[in-house]
Amino acid sequence: MIVFLIKRLANAVLVMLAVALLAFLIFRFAGDPVELMANEQMSQADRIELREKLGLNDPFVTQFGRFVVNAAQGDFGISYRNGQDVMKLIAERFPATMELALVATILSLLIGIPLGVITAIHRGRWYSEGLQFVSIIGVSLPSFVVGILLILVFAVTFGLVPAFGRGDVVQLGWWSTGLLTASGRASLLLPSLALALYQITLVMRLVRAEMMEVLRSDFVKFARARGVPRWRIYFRHALRNCLMPVVTMTAMNFGSLIAFALITETVFQWPGMGMLFIQAVTFLDMPVMAGYLCIVSFIFVTLNTLVDIAYAVIDPRLRDATR
Amino acid sequence: MTDHVQQTTPPRQPSRLARFRQSDLWWSFTHKPSAIIGAILLAFLIVTAFAAPLIAPQNPFDPAQLELWNSELPPIWEVDGQWPYVLGTDTQGRDMLSAILYGSRISILIGVASVALSLAVGLSLGLVAGYFGRFVDNLLMRIGDVLLSIPTILIAILVSAVARQMLPPELRDVGSAAVLVLAITLSAWVQYARTVRAQTIVERGKEYVQAARLLKTPARRIMLKHILPNTLTPIMVAATLNFGMAILTEATLSFLGIGMPPSQPSLGTLIRLGNQFLFSGIWWVVLFPVVQLCLLVVSVNLLGDWLRDALNPKLR
Repeated sequence: MIVFLIKRLANAVLVMLAVALLAFLIFRFAGDPVELMANEQMSQADRIELREKLGLNDPFVTQFGRFVVNAAQGDFGISYRNGQDVMKLIAERFPATMELALVATILSLLIGIPLGVITAIHRGRWYSEGLQFVSIIGVSLPSFVVGILLILVFAVTFGLVPAFGRGDVVQLGWWSTGLLTASGRASLLLPSLALALYQITLVMRLVRAEMMEVLRSDFVKFARARGVPRWRIYFRHALRNCLMPVVTMTAMNFGSLIAFALITETVFQWPGMGMLFIQAVTFLDMPVMAGYLCIVSFIFVTLNTLVDIAYAVIDPRLRDATR
Repeated sequence: MTDHVQQTTPPRQPSRLARFRQSDLWWSFTHKPSAIIGAILLAFLIVTAFAAPLIAPQNPFDPAQLELWNSELPPIWEVDGQWPYVLGTDTQGRDMLSAILYGSRISILIGVASVALSLAVGLSLGLVAGYFGRFVDNLLMRIGDVLLSIPTILIAILVSAVARQMLPPELRDVGSAAVLVLAITLSAWVQYARTVRAQTIVERGKEYVQAARLLKTPARRIMLKHILPNTLTPIMVAATLNFGMAILTEATLSFLGIGMPPSQPSLGTLIRLGNQFLFSGIWWVVLFPVVQLCLLVVSVNLLGDWLRDALNPKLR
């Protein structure tokens, strides 16, 4: 077990180092940092001095080492665009993205699981087949299209909910939340739904497939023979046995949900990390891009590693199976 | 002796088309309505997109043909609609139908090019890794691990943004299609490489490969002529589904403003431009490109779904 743990952690660290290398390469070689930082009036001597001060004349390995050490302490330098600390910028935007992704995850479970159960139980009925077909379309629609359509219908045509921004937020220490105000909750509705739609179809399809398998098993037949009420069989006996893969998938996908949130955030002008990143991309603000890449990858890798370790804890056979 | 052989020539092979119509694949196709709908829809979209210069009322890339007094016309069935602007015009007086047809052509071309390039990269690297193993294999799989631990959309955005920055300014408009193809390829090749590698490792141990080796067939020939054809079934499914993904990724990047420029608009660019006018009441400039993009991707996915089931030996 300990060997497995060490191997898995080493693997995660290696991947993070590779991501850091990628971020560093972008920061260092996509455009000259000095030229991007310097303003028009700066003299040649000032530029040389700045180059020396930033340590850009040091050997590559030294520079990369310094980047990794700083990044590990949460220091990604200063934004080219407004001179603020990158980590501070990201930390300000972090709660908005997390709230969006968390609410989207909860929505996907609350909607996806019942739909999956219903389509599995009532297989072949018109509404089940209809839902199956809609789920293919749901997988095919890009998230920005879903966002635009939601805005067109609910904000433009009916004017029910706001389409842009976060509404009023309340500060809880460093965490800013929109969940405590009415306008905050209303603003959260469309973006989280747009982000969740793809996830809803995934959960629905997974639950449906698992349920159909479980419903064929002996213990369900036995429960039926004992005269347990049908809804009790479906939701207590059968559904419980389907939830493990659903939980795994939800945990694994949370990272990509945060990454995909950048598209939803752009559509809804949601002030999260993703919008910060897209703005940084258009202004070629390399430190912000590098910082965002490292943080999102870190969340992604951490979740994957945790799921793997949790699996190994639950199922000892997996400990030897992985290289 | 030779006369004898000539006399008993085997019965003539049926033509390729006839054999295809006898195949399981054709049978499953004709028995799956969603696949037929997908195929017809896709064929229609491709034909109309490539016939755009012939059927579109206007060349949307030619500023001389845009007339500002024709701007913001609604679709033809609305009160103010005007012939020939069937789907209305945008704020520049650009005919939406023409823009969508030309835009689809760009989207489809970029999709095809990126699938072709990722196939070429993925297949060759996967074959080499699976056939030779050891160092190449290890290196390749580690690179794949890293690429898979970053969300694909991030890779595409980063590559696209950085590559555009590296291009000299005068090439940025011309080069953006190439940059997009490169960005999508970099985020997609790993999947092909992994599939082919796994299959190659299985095939390498089989007798026919050993026989070919004993005959001193060059490794390149064994890989291309003997192993590759046996790995293609799962690749075909992946390629079809990835074609839809590639079109989506391109549209997403263009929507975010790091894809095709407004002078060469793809569907994603059109949606981005139209999205600015979401609240001005001219809904047609955003809705029609959105519908076209969805039709394109849904038709590809319907085909891909069918192909996956039809080629899956477990479901036969």
